[in-house]
Amino acid sequence: MTREVLNARRLLCPLPVIRTQDKVKKMQPGDQLEVICTDPGVMQDIPTWCRINGHKVLELLSGDHEYTVILEVGDDKLNKLPIDLTM
Amino acid sequence: MISGGLDSMLAARTIQEQGIHVEGINFFTGFCVEGHTHAIREKDKAKPKRNNSLWVAEQLGIKLHIVDVIEEYKNVLLNPKHGYGQHMNPCLDCKIFMVNKAKQWIVENDFDFIITGEVIGQRPMSQRKATMPIVARESGADDLLLRPLCAKNLPATLPEREGWVDREKLHDITGRSRKPQMAMAKDFGIDEYSQPAGGCCFLTDKYYSAKLVDLWKARDSREYELDDVMLLKVGRHIRPQPHYKLIIAREEGEGRFLEGYKKDYISMKCVSHQGPLVLIDGTIAAEDLYLAASITARYGQGREAEQVEINVLYQDGAERCLQVKPMLEQDIPKAWFI
Repeated sequence: MTREVLNARRLLCPLPVIRTQDKVKKMQPGDQLEVICTDPGVMQDIPTWCRINGHKVLELLSGDHEYTVILEVGDDKLNKLPIDLTM
Repeated sequence: MISGGLDSMLAARTIQEQGIHVEGINFFTGFCVEGHTHAIREKDKAKPKRNNSLWVAEQLGIKLHIVDVIEEYKNVLLNPKHGYGQHMNPCLDCKIFMVNKAKQWIVENDFDFIITGEVIGQRPMSQRKATMPIVARESGADDLLLRPLCAKNLPATLPEREGWVDREKLHDITGRSRKPQMAMAKDFGIDEYSQPAGGCCFLTDKYYSAKLVDLWKARDSREYELDDVMLLKVGRHIRPQPHYKLIIAREEGEGRFLEGYKKDYISMKCVSHQGPLVLIDGTIAAEDLYLAASITARYGQGREAEQVEINVLYQDGAERCLQVKPMLEQDIPKAWFI
């Protein structure tokens, strides 16, 4: 398991999500990524992106105008969300 | 193709209903900056806007692939074969470009066809009966492009002819009315959705387009970078001379955002009184500094003072201070405001 840091400061959504997505593609299941941002929108956009793509948010931190999301890379092959057609 | 609006959501859902695996794709051009003002401005930080395409994907239970097309999009904006809409919006070329990118993506990722939420007659430029075949042909998607919401009004596509999709279960919506989509949403049990109505692209905005054109004219070049696109959305823009303009933060959040550009631009700030951070975009000459500083002073709390002190910070860290008389509001010509 490796842990990497992604500096997404000054980027506005959806760019932090795109940079996270591109970084995660190069990582292995179980690896951890710490994404440091200044756009508060990441506090909901990155967790949403994680949920729909099968990754796990470990921690959400905020302070001093910075927002940090720590996530664990999931196994993409296992990621098939059930389609709820009754919604 | 998931925009985050209702139509693409309904189109995807219509196909899911037939038991077909759907994944979403969304393109970021740099101008889809719907949430950016909220992200920047202090007063909006308590209610940051969600990314609607991600939200829609989660509601549909599908993956979403967001693709950065900022660089490639420049050619679409600068050289639109089909021209611009009311402002700087090259809607038809944009649609062709995105469908082309989606076509490339499905080939690379082993998908069979493309779904869009297009409806004949919904948009004046890109969604007309006459433009539907143009988008399909010029994007290279041809009959791999399925528009489930209006498919029955169009020739059958390959997925329909091959029986991958049951054409009878597709729709025949036309026109600008939103009622059929709202009824369909109700049938699907979808009671929350955004209605961007073209507003998700700043190029459809009159004021934004004017600032973009001003930037190109001032630089005598239509080249641009993402930072240019972002800065056009922030602050008050005043151009006293063709060769430079001031970008003046309107509140604390904008000031903090502009702080990030202090190494790239000359900046000014009042040090004798509270005042906004101001970036100077362009090549300001020494004889222009006093005027720029007096405008900077106008937007600080020392605006009524006889004289204030303005600090000028250069990109290399060098500084100088100017004592200026704040400019009076009535002395700033309206034509300077972009």
